[in-house]
Amino acid sequence: MTSPGYFLEHLWLIPLFPLVSAALMLFIGRLLPKSAVSFLCVGSVFLSFVYAAGAVLTLLTFDPEHRVFQQILFEWITPGPIPVAGLLTPFIADWGYLLDPLSCVMVLVVTGVGFLIHVYSIGYMDHEGGYYRFFGYLNLFMFSMLTLVLANNLLLLFVGWEGVGLCSYLLIGFYFLKKSASDAGKKAFIVNRVGDTGFVLGIFYIAITFGTIRFTSQGLSDPVAFAGITQTLAAMLNQGRVAFGAPVFTAIALLLFFGATGKSAQIPLYIWLPDAMEGPTPVSALIHAATMVTAGVYMVARMNAVYQLAPIAMDVVAIVGATTAIFAATMALVQNDIKKVLAYSTISQLGYMFLALGVGAFAASVFHLMTHAFFKALLFLGAGSVIHALSGEQDLRKMGGLWNTVPATSRPFLIATLAISGMPPLAGFFSKDEILGRTFSRVATVDRYLALWLVGLVTAGLTAFYMFRLLFLAFFGLSRLSHEKEQHIHESPKSMTVPLMILAALSIVGGWFALPALWGEESSFEIFLEPVLRGVVPETAAIMFPHHTLLIEYLLMAASVSIAGLGIWLAYTLYLKYPQVQSKLVAIWPGLHNLLIHKYYIDEIYDALFVNRIKDLSTALGLFDGKVIDGLGVDGAGWLTRVFSSISMWWDKWVIDGLVNFVGKFTRFLSHPIRMFQTGVFSSYAVMILVGLVALLLYYGHHMQVLVRSLR
Amino acid sequence: MMSPAHYLFLSLAIFLIGCIGVVTRRNVIVILMSIELILNAVNINLVLFSRIFGDVSGQVFALFIIADAAAEAAVGLGIIIAFFRNRETVLADEMDLLKW
Repeated sequence: MTSPGYFLEHLWLIPLFPLVSAALMLFIGRLLPKSAVSFLCVGSVFLSFVYAAGAVLTLLTFDPEHRVFQQILFEWITPGPIPVAGLLTPFIADWGYLLDPLSCVMVLVVTGVGFLIHVYSIGYMDHEGGYYRFFGYLNLFMFSMLTLVLANNLLLLFVGWEGVGLCSYLLIGFYFLKKSASDAGKKAFIVNRVGDTGFVLGIFYIAITFGTIRFTSQGLSDPVAFAGITQTLAAMLNQGRVAFGAPVFTAIALLLFFGATGKSAQIPLYIWLPDAMEGPTPVSALIHAATMVTAGVYMVARMNAVYQLAPIAMDVVAIVGATTAIFAATMALVQNDIKKVLAYSTISQLGYMFLALGVGAFAASVFHLMTHAFFKALLFLGAGSVIHALSGEQDLRKMGGLWNTVPATSRPFLIATLAISGMPPLAGFFSKDEILGRTFSRVATVDRYLALWLVGLVTAGLTAFYMFRLLFLAFFGLSRLSHEKEQHIHESPKSMTVPLMILAALSIVGGWFALPALWGEESSFEIFLEPVLRGVVPETAAIMFPHHTLLIEYLLMAASVSIAGLGIWLAYTLYLKYPQVQSKLVAIWPGLHNLLIHKYYIDEIYDALFVNRIKDLSTALGLFDGKVIDGLGVDGAGWLTRVFSSISMWWDKWVIDGLVNFVGKFTRFLSHPIRMFQTGVFSSYAVMILVGLVALLLYYGHHMQVLVRSLR
Repeated sequence: MMSPAHYLFLSLAIFLIGCIGVVTRRNVIVILMSIELILNAVNINLVLFSRIFGDVSGQVFALFIIADAAAEAAVGLGIIIAFFRNRETVLADEMDLLKW
């Protein structure tokens, strides 16, 4: 490994391209014509994709055990020594990038899907105002997301984490004149901050436990000076300083996971994602389905070394994931807004990923992350294309019969729907089956995983049901469009339909990495990721996935496919064949229907429990501020000052001034007799002059006599 | 034949009349006129002694005083008019603004 090659050496360029064009857009974008904006922004993401692909291909030529490339650009934060286990240890956060199999997957998904969505946005945003602003934010998002997935330490990852949060906020509130949009943006931002509290605390805890926040020292010249979490962890375990399942690991893992529940929309912090659908559809596709929301999954997978040592935290992750999966899926059943269905579906699929993480199937989780990025992006873009075709209509009840009117949208949409429902041989089948298979294989050692597996299986059926419900309502049956809308239906432009087709192709072939699983071998995707995800668990405590026989493997596949088929059949019966049955079902269980329509009243409960309590607290604090701080503090200080100044005024007036006046008056008193002469009447002055003259004459009289005599 | 003493007494008389006028009269115009008398008394003296000593500079000096008196009268009358406009009086004992 003398020279890592051009693309790896220029790894730092990958996030830089979108940053430069984002800066251009946000500073001078207003002056540029639309074509220049599109060219710059889409071009920069394309360049990132090319560089990312080049870097990944270079890395693939390495020996599998050494597929790590790490690049430290500069020392970023050097806050001085921090106490680690009672000893002061030097601590450095550097600005560095790490490319290993895990970030390879992420960087390709982010730049690839990101590029397609950028292309799609050219068509979708064509009629919208703020074109340059939209692309500027989108590119800023790409920069943040790439920083997130390429970061070589937790703090830099956190920079990207917050950056994508900011862009998410900006893009949800893109139509900021709309109250609901700006509210949704704020909601997303605030809910994410709640999760970030946990994340930040987790980072701090890691820093003081391991003395480093760098993920790994692999790929760096000096593994001692550049310590990594994984290596430090291994050393600590070897020296017996910490044990498997130590509370410190549980605490770190749970804190980080709490951060992940915010970003990846899991219970209890999922509530922002459905509202985030207020943003433009490409944003929903890129940020709120394919990339940003998977950051939590990525982060947990990245920290797998810690998680594998914390079985309790793993169980929490799995349970939260499974609960979220089925919970969100039930809410998706009755939504009428096409994007809301997809939003709940995203939450549900993210739940799947966390279920996989929780049972220790990190690779399966990342695999599902990737396939989900393909088909969910496709679903969102397809929905966007439908919305575009219907000039802004999002209500499923006002669609129908679009199958042949918008063929370039409806065909890819069907493929994505089949993929997410888990139909072989599409991508979703492989990744979902892998998650369910892994969960099931753990039942062999621990019984309670059976419940998780069942939840996953039922969710698969629900997923198929609500996705096909959406498909049937939107594209099949009789048209329920308003006459006016019917007139204006138009297929989307090429820039929108071509990305759909590419994503459709990816949704089909994206899962084929796992084809070897069909004949009982390890999926090549898992083999690729294994070096990153193996962790440092002691042999005895390692999570084992006992191999099933091929028969059980096939039975599991059959189970998930048939339950998905059942869901599709139900959707077909209820929404195409006998639509009148729906209302009867509602009549049988009005309470249940109401509960689902109102999304279990979670928003209302949160309002009552937290939002309004915080508002009460704010009111109380406001009162405290008004009465105590302003009243007692500020006004009191003012009052005291006034009292002091009155005293000092009295002193000034009567003592200081009094002295001065006394001097003046005394002088005046002394001058009184002399003053009498100055009458102001000049006649009296004339008299005085005369008197003076006469006096002088009398005094000098004899001189006069001398003068007069001399005249004689 | 008039001796210098006659002139001196005339001069003294006019001077005294002037002085008494300045001191006793209330009307400022009259006071001004009295001052003119004093000046003229001086003039007589100057001219007299110029004659006696045969030196012409005394008479030149007298001419200067006449010019000076004219100027003084002009300025004085101006002040009086300005004062009258402000205070509607020309009486000296009412001009007491400059007192303590």
